[in-house]
Amino acid sequence: MRKKLVEFRNVSFRYGDEGPWVLKNCSFEIYENEWVAIIGHNGSGKSTIAKLLNGLLFPQEGEIIIDGKQVNEESIWNIRKEVGMVFQNPDNQFVGATVQDDVAFGMENRGVPREEMNKRISETLKAVRMQDYRLTEPHRLSGGQKQRVAIASVLAISPKVLILDEATAMLDPSGRKEIMETVGSIQDQRGLSLITITHDLQEVVQADRVIVMNNGELWKESTPREIFTQKEALRKIGLDVPFVAILTEELKHAGVHLGAAPLNHEELLEDLWTLHSRT
Amino acid sequence: MDITFENVTYIYQQNTPFAHKAIQDLSFHIESGSIVAIIGHTGSGKSTLIQHLNGLSVPTEGEVRIGEYRLSQEHKPKDMKELRSRVGVVFQYPEHQLFEETVAKDIAFGPQNFGVPEAVIKERIKDVIPAVGLSESVLERSPFDLSGGQMRRVAIAGVLAVKPDVLVLDEPTAGLDPRGQKEIMDMFYRLHNEQDLTTVLVTHSMEDALKYADRILILNKGTKFMEGTPEEVFSQKEALQSVQLDVPEMVQFLNRFEEKFGQQIPFRNQSVEEIAQMIQQIIKELNQDE
Amino acid sequence: MNNALIIGQYVPGDSLVHRLDPRTKITIIFFFVFIVFLANNIASYTLLTVFALASMLTSRVPIRFIIKGLTPVWFLIVFTFILHLFVTKEGTVIAEFWIFEFYSGGLIQGIAISVRFFLLILVTSLLTLTTTPIEITDAIEDMLHPLNRFKFPVHELALMMSISLRFIPTLLQETDKISRAQASRGVDFKTGPVKDRIQAIVPLLVPLFVSAFKRAEELAMAMEARGYQGGEGRTKLRELKIERNDIFIFILFAFVIAGLFMTRTYG
Ligand SMILES: Nc1ncnc2c1ncn2[C@@H]1O[C@H](COP(=O)(O)OP(=O)(O)OP(=O)(O)O)[C@@H](O)[C@H]1O
Ligand SMILES: Nc1ncnc2c1ncn2[C@@H]1O[C@H](COP(=O)(O)OP(=O)(O)OP(=O)(O)O)[C@@H](O)[C@H]1O
Ligand SMILES: [Mg+2]
Ligand SMILES: [Mg+2]
Repeated sequence: MRKKLVEFRNVSFRYGDEGPWVLKNCSFEIYENEWVAIIGHNGSGKSTIAKLLNGLLFPQEGEIIIDGKQVNEESIWNIRKEVGMVFQNPDNQFVGATVQDDVAFGMENRGVPREEMNKRISETLKAVRMQDYRLTEPHRLSGGQKQRVAIASVLAISPKVLILDEATAMLDPSGRKEIMETVGSIQDQRGLSLITITHDLQEVVQADRVIVMNNGELWKESTPREIFTQKEALRKIGLDVPFVAILTEELKHAGVHLGAAPLNHEELLEDLWTLHSRT
Repeated sequence: MDITFENVTYIYQQNTPFAHKAIQDLSFHIESGSIVAIIGHTGSGKSTLIQHLNGLSVPTEGEVRIGEYRLSQEHKPKDMKELRSRVGVVFQYPEHQLFEETVAKDIAFGPQNFGVPEAVIKERIKDVIPAVGLSESVLERSPFDLSGGQMRRVAIAGVLAVKPDVLVLDEPTAGLDPRGQKEIMDMFYRLHNEQDLTTVLVTHSMEDALKYADRILILNKGTKFMEGTPEEVFSQKEALQSVQLDVPEMVQFLNRFEEKFGQQIPFRNQSVEEIAQMIQQIIKELNQDE
Repeated sequence: MNNALIIGQYVPGDSLVHRLDPRTKITIIFFFVFIVFLANNIASYTLLTVFALASMLTSRVPIRFIIKGLTPVWFLIVFTFILHLFVTKEGTVIAEFWIFEFYSGGLIQGIAISVRFFLLILVTSLLTLTTTPIEITDAIEDMLHPLNRFKFPVHELALMMSISLRFIPTLLQETDKISRAQASRGVDFKTGPVKDRIQAIVPLLVPLFVSAFKRAEELAMAMEARGYQGGEGRTKLRELKIERNDIFIFILFAFVIAGLFMTRTYG
């Protein structure tokens, strides 16, 4: 059986005692070696979920369990070792004076000995293909490079859960692609569970599962394939579906009925091909 | 207003050890009333180019002409204000430029600087608020109490209230959710048509370039790499890939379709619906042939 | 990404001076500042000048960089010289000009003070030219370490310093960006009456503060998320090590001090 790494049990949260509820009775589970995408309109509560996951915030109601341990004031030190997080703005999370200092920061906090640090810096920088920039200062790096360093910094403490909160939002398409390739291959190698929060539909398609947030409620939870068949409903809550899903729907209107909803170009073309060779 | 770049070169920090050529020998022309998309990967000089459009930068070499204004080392207008009142620039993350106590004051800031009378400004605020999709109830609120998407709209309203002839947009939809992106782009498109603007759009989204632009200019390392209509530009997949750019997803799909089925669906910027019908036709014909 | 914004005036290099432990450099400069005031004749001044110039040449920092770095103080050096020339009335009259008389004492003192001044500036700027800000921060943290016992937050101070240094280029870029955005909205930072120009600062400062605040908040969160809990139980990647070179320099410097005491005049 797959191991359950993250569990939200009826979590509700609001900023301050007077504020509106930003999360309302949310429950979900995430397993090891799984890639879950969280989508939702601006202000739907995605970043709040991320911050609750490693104890930057605590819920007023319900509980959050990470790898069997409940998140609370006492456990956060250990929780933060299990849950690594990369934020949106490349500049505002670069702590070190150079690349290697930044990767070391998390390890220094945990008292990792120096030789071990050096070893892990080499390893993780190689994993994100930044090994040639060890001594570079942040203002000489592009946004995408800074984000790769941020990922390396998080990997250096070997978390079990990696959260990317719109980590690619400020990058150009090639920067995005590089980050997603890097993250994908790291997930394969390390078997960690990956949570990506994003507005980029291409990223969502690659996930195993999607959680859709709407106004602080968990609106739906399913595979990308299933989610993206609901074009109208998604548009109503401020989201959209990828080109392939739109084309599939238009094909249906034109009288071409495909079987299961294809997710990418290959699948769509394959479906069309079978359709044509079957008759 | 017509915009012309003639052999423009721009060097940051000239005559220092850090001199950096951000634009090199760039020439192109933007026709009055058109929408031009500028595309290029990070560091290719897009933002530097934009700064020439309202005189924030003056070419190190060559000349920029915007309507009757000329910008070059020989012709530096003494007062850029007039030019800046006619060319409105929406910078990347424009919400970062808000500073006034209320939304109304912030929107009025630009027009005031350009000497628009208060009464006229009041009228303009009334017009511009619905145009950007806000309600009048936000006017007396602090801009810092609004959501990110609303702040962006306030900042855009501040640019529109100056009533520019040229609208320059530097990645105006970055960070918004899909609906916000579509609403903002549709809004600019509507304004462009209603007010006969000339629009320059810097974007990383090939989809938006395809959907909204009349012409596309592709930059690479500060030089012009390609220029043409969306159809012309996006039919050159290999060339674009050589500068790390993609073609829109629709074009990618049509290419793959051709590889697989041996049948070409020419790309003419069709709607998805039309493409679906063409695919249906082709499949029908293929089946009849067998 | 802006390559032009180099923090401080560090000139990268791999010279002996670059490779010295920053604590060595700070200590030597600290003492140098004192002994400069002990020099009082040609021999002792020559000794110190040779030491300073030799360090400069060893550092292999391009001379034009050093001269450029000294531009603001050239004026001061020349000014002190002239001042002494005019006001000191010791020794013999060596020249007359209009209503002024120049004395030999004035000339000598003028030269002495200017050389002293020049040596101080040269040696201290050599520190910043050959040492990255972060190394200086590390050295300060290490040297202030004993103060920890008196509950002085040495680690926090050093961290704050290194973060501020890290954010200087970012904030400069930000300032640039916001002033361009406001200039596009018709703000004129460059011309007009002083009152208007002062007012033009508001649309620059408010967004700058808002953004600096937001950055600080996000950075604090990112640090917390990576397990930061203050200085206790932390290890450090950066290691300060006194090596053979450092010892060699200390011995050399001891000779310079000894030489100074031998050459200077007493009484
Ligand atoms: N520090 C805070 N204090 C008060 N309210 C907050 C704070 N942070 C967020 N909120 C509010 O909580 C709600 C959810 O915010 P959250 O940041 O989780 O949204 P999100 O889904 O991440 O949005 P986006 O797509 O814009 O990043 C929003 O209405 C927001 O205004
Ligand atoms: N103020 C500056 N001083 C020195 N160099 C600069 C400055 N601003 C930009 N540059 C450099 O000029 C080049 C072009 O930068 P520009 O900002 O125009 O690129 P861009 O195409 O807008 O990139 P992006 O997609 O990242 O916004 C880059 O190499 C950049 O590092
Ligand atoms: Mg968020
Ligand atoms: Mg740019």
